[in-house]
Amino acid sequence: MRVLALAGRRLAASLPTLVLILVGLFLLLQLAPGDTVDALMAQMGGGDAALAEDLRRFYGLDLSIAARLGQYLLRLVTLDLGFSAIYGKPVATVILERLPATLLLMAAALSFAFFFGLVLGVLAARRVNRWPDTLISTLGLIFYATPSFWFGLMAIVLFSVHLQWFPAGGFYEIGEGLTGLALTLDIARHLVLPTLTLGLIFLAIYLRIMRASMLEVLSLDFVRTARAKGLTETRIVTRHVLRNAMLPMITLIGLQAGTMLGGSVVVETVFALPGLGRLAYESVVQRDLNTLLGIVFVSALLVIAINFLVDLLYAKLDPRIVSGG
Amino acid sequence: MRALKAFFRSPPAIIGLLLVLAVVAMGLAAPLLYPNDPLGLAGRPLQWPGANPRFPLGTDPSGRDIAAQLFHGARISLLIGFVATSIAVVIGIGIGAVAGFYGGAADTVLMRLTEAFQTLPNFLLLLVLVAVFGSTMEVVTVAIGLVSWPPVARLTRAEFLSLRTREFVYAARIQGLPDWHLIFREVLPNALPPVIVYASVVMAVAILLESSLAFLQLSDPNVPSWGNLIGLGRSVLRTEWYVSAIPGVAILLAILGVSLLGQGLNDALNPRLAPR
Repeated sequence: MRVLALAGRRLAASLPTLVLILVGLFLLLQLAPGDTVDALMAQMGGGDAALAEDLRRFYGLDLSIAARLGQYLLRLVTLDLGFSAIYGKPVATVILERLPATLLLMAAALSFAFFFGLVLGVLAARRVNRWPDTLISTLGLIFYATPSFWFGLMAIVLFSVHLQWFPAGGFYEIGEGLTGLALTLDIARHLVLPTLTLGLIFLAIYLRIMRASMLEVLSLDFVRTARAKGLTETRIVTRHVLRNAMLPMITLIGLQAGTMLGGSVVVETVFALPGLGRLAYESVVQRDLNTLLGIVFVSALLVIAINFLVDLLYAKLDPRIVSGG
Repeated sequence: MRALKAFFRSPPAIIGLLLVLAVVAMGLAAPLLYPNDPLGLAGRPLQWPGANPRFPLGTDPSGRDIAAQLFHGARISLLIGFVATSIAVVIGIGIGAVAGFYGGAADTVLMRLTEAFQTLPNFLLLLVLVAVFGSTMEVVTVAIGLVSWPPVARLTRAEFLSLRTREFVYAARIQGLPDWHLIFREVLPNALPPVIVYASVVMAVAILLESSLAFLQLSDPNVPSWGNLIGLGRSVLRTEWYVSAIPGVAILLAILGVSLLGQGLNDALNPRLAPR
């Protein structure tokens, strides 16, 4: 329970941050030349000033900035994100439709990066300064420097066009009418390349951090004690070192939740995945600022939620945090 | 001198330096080797690299010389990377210095602001800024700087927090020197080295952000950017994949160079932190 209280306090502290973000973004969007009505009129192929006036009144765009900001914040409390003129539905509905693909992609990429980052980091640390370490560290450097969108395109060329192992894009085969297990497998097949693409840079970061943190923990006294007790090296690593060495990696998950969401914009665009990131890109192109603002709001909520989970996990792995205050 | 020697004893650092120098040389040589507009029509579109000796790296779907775009793109990447990094470092140092030096309410407010920026996904905020202010090169550069400063602010604040209670700062304070003197002449010079080293990370990320934006065709279409070329190559990816492949290698090497250089500097300046 103390763990929950601690994480809850951290969660409460992020509320003012959220309000600050929303007010800042709302004011920023007021600087945008052209509003939703302009975009809508352009899509309709033009129209007279009276129609524009009516539309502005309909979307509440004729009020003062302060009044609209107040309205906006009030509506947000009830999770009403406004209406998307481009999609013709409430923004919240549009976002909810797109959220599962992004969450799935992020979870998959995070698991991939975390697991392989951990394994490679441990392998490199166990063979420090020998060839496995040099090889893994070099790979890490190259992965870190690889632009994800380029890696994605090259993966499409190799695995979709030439080898034809995986589909080049989309979330599932439309028109096959798959259900149940077949649909799950189909989605999984579609997510392999996007997961690799999004996870690559995080894999590089995790393996570097894991290697450094393993080396740090391996030099501590309790490891020497464990060795003196005559434990095997494998047991020392799995039972004593890993749990401690993982802490910096857990911290990074929270810190980089936002970066990962940003990365999904590019990856979802490359692989034509119907996710939040692609929606963000589309709403920039279509000047659908209501939707864009909604996405930013939901992303901020998502980042805060992930950090809450990370706090819980952290406290579970390191009891000192709870007892220490 | 000792740091310099340590730097040149590390092969990765030297590789990094060479890569960065190569990109700089490409940027400098661009107007000499390719004096014509790199975005102008050069020949038949989609010629494979090596097929025509006039275009060693081939031509893109619009018949523009890929090699020319690559050389001119080096200028753009370096310019945007460098200016955006400078903006981020100046904002970050300013906010971090005030927060760390004064503490109290100023610290609370500024750190809340920093947190707000860190909670927002970088790239999403960049999209909002470009959506609002348009995608000219100036806007893109400033916007990248504006989304990249929070880690610099945090690092500067941490340095200031540990330095402001040192004897030499107290000594200067007792002499009645004004705050700006304490901040700029006493504390900042000591806080600067780790911040400058961190700037290499900011620069690598800035180059990546710009190329991602250009790839989505949301950056300035009138400048020859590497990311832009990769985005254009998407339409012919299945057959003429070299259009996207070549500029990607350039981005990879540039970012690799900047990172290696930064890491080399870091290891040379902080020998205690160097990997064992």
